[in-house]
Amino acid sequence: MHGEARMTAPLATIRVARAFGPVVEGEAVVSTEGFSPRYDLDRWTGLISKPGHKLEGTNIRDKILFFPTAKGGIAAGWAFFDLKHKGIAPKAFVFGVTNPVMVQGAVFAGIAITEGCDPHPAAVVRTGDWVRVDPARRVIELLRRGA
Amino acid sequence: MRLTSEEEAMLAGGRGEAVRDALRYQLAVGEFFGAERFVPITNAHMMGDIEVMGDGGLAWLKATGAKRAHACVPLTTNARCFDFEHAARLGQDAGEVAKERELIGCLRGMDALTTDTCINYQTLYQPHLGEHVAWGDTGTVIYANSVFGARSNFESGPAALAAAVTGRTPEYGFHLDRHRKGTLVVRLEAPLDDLADWGAVGKIVGEKHQNYYAVPVFTGLRRTPIADELKHLGAALASYGSMGMFHMVGVTPEAPTVEAALGGNRPVDEIVIDAAALERVYAGYDLADRSATLVVFSGPQLSLFEMKALAEAFGGRKVHAGTQVFVTTSNGVKSAARNLGYLQAIEGAGVTVLEGVCFYILQNLTQMRVANGWTNMISNSAKIVNIIGAHRFNTILRRTRDCVEIACTGKLA
Repeated sequence: MHGEARMTAPLATIRVARAFGPVVEGEAVVSTEGFSPRYDLDRWTGLISKPGHKLEGTNIRDKILFFPTAKGGIAAGWAFFDLKHKGIAPKAFVFGVTNPVMVQGAVFAGIAITEGCDPHPAAVVRTGDWVRVDPARRVIELLRRGA
Repeated sequence: MRLTSEEEAMLAGGRGEAVRDALRYQLAVGEFFGAERFVPITNAHMMGDIEVMGDGGLAWLKATGAKRAHACVPLTTNARCFDFEHAARLGQDAGEVAKERELIGCLRGMDALTTDTCINYQTLYQPHLGEHVAWGDTGTVIYANSVFGARSNFESGPAALAAAVTGRTPEYGFHLDRHRKGTLVVRLEAPLDDLADWGAVGKIVGEKHQNYYAVPVFTGLRRTPIADELKHLGAALASYGSMGMFHMVGVTPEAPTVEAALGGNRPVDEIVIDAAALERVYAGYDLADRSATLVVFSGPQLSLFEMKALAEAFGGRKVHAGTQVFVTTSNGVKSAARNLGYLQAIEGAGVTVLEGVCFYILQNLTQMRVANGWTNMISNSAKIVNIIGAHRFNTILRRTRDCVEIACTGKLA
């Protein structure tokens, strides 16, 4: 299935300014609110647990997460590695604007991360879509629409 | 990145596996941000505790220790998740306590000073103008950049440790002049009489500009702020806005004038914060079930001056039956507070004073909330009111004197 997707031309492409990590594909979760693993996430279940967060109740495992901003916090440096160790890590973080901790944490954990999107992801990608993040080419590709 | 011959040798393993791995990691981070080179650092401050690191992080730390990782500049540690004296009473997990002790031993093996404080800038080390350091947590970084004019990015645990091991950090972000200029102007017209007011200012500005590179320039204050006020302002800006630097005209070293602080930037926003804006912050909290069973003074740890103020406020009073009150501070401050009698006054009122921790990172906090039936957490710290959400507390910011009153009456208004 994934191989099939890779063969087809993307439905849309987002260029990113900066990127790190392996090529990954997965289901998109598009948030209008920023993110911190310390503030917003139950780091034992992978559920966004902060009351009132726009993604409250969403599980981040294996997802490609689109966040406009990073919130806080130093914790991401260790937390992403811990999520990976627990088997509940996302496949990639796509930030509009991020902070060094998110990058330090993603690099430490070997999780793909990007910053800066053109066009704005909200114009292209919806939650449930299947996307590919290719850090070396600095692109995010929409491969197919979600149900 | 351009590497020196020394750095090339480090990457080739000339100074051992731990240095090679640390530099390789720093190189990947530096390349992400387009850093051109490394800059030498004089001091590192890292977060590392079992609550945030987990078993995977501890295993990594042990493996890194086995590679003879060693801090080559002074490396201090941030607040952690246990005050061992109180762990059992708080219902914290004995297995995790053992892991935390192992973790501390591992860090000491690397020559870290396990100081366990998030107010290193008040109690341990004050870098000078232009000095490059590698600090985390965020409150330490924004204080270093803004108040001292030192230079640091947010350095997470692994990044600060790597910096201590290699003695350098990639030059990006706040190490560079161009990111240290003001980007917006905030005129302070409110009196700002309480530490919570300073945190509320940080909330207003931070929520509106969630951007690491947003640098507010504060003007209009008609008096000299004290360190604890700037600490609460910075901690809240960093927490709500993920900001790493601010200027205060006539107060901070890179802001003799508004123009100098902006450095040629045209401000993207001009915010005025008056008394009404502050009152809107306090009025904006949902009081949920109106319970007042948990009052917390923490995030950042309290200075000796804050301890003195609390000793005076709680002196001769008693915490309401059914309400629990926690203060967190450093080992050094607690010791001094004991010598001066402040600790006895605070504890005599029925307040629990924890050392070496911050409340929001306590191990087992969610379980503690459930076991105690806590709904609301009331605090004078805007930072902790923001940061503790993942544990599903309903949080309420109140001024210090109101927090004390709520603690002693059990009534939340």
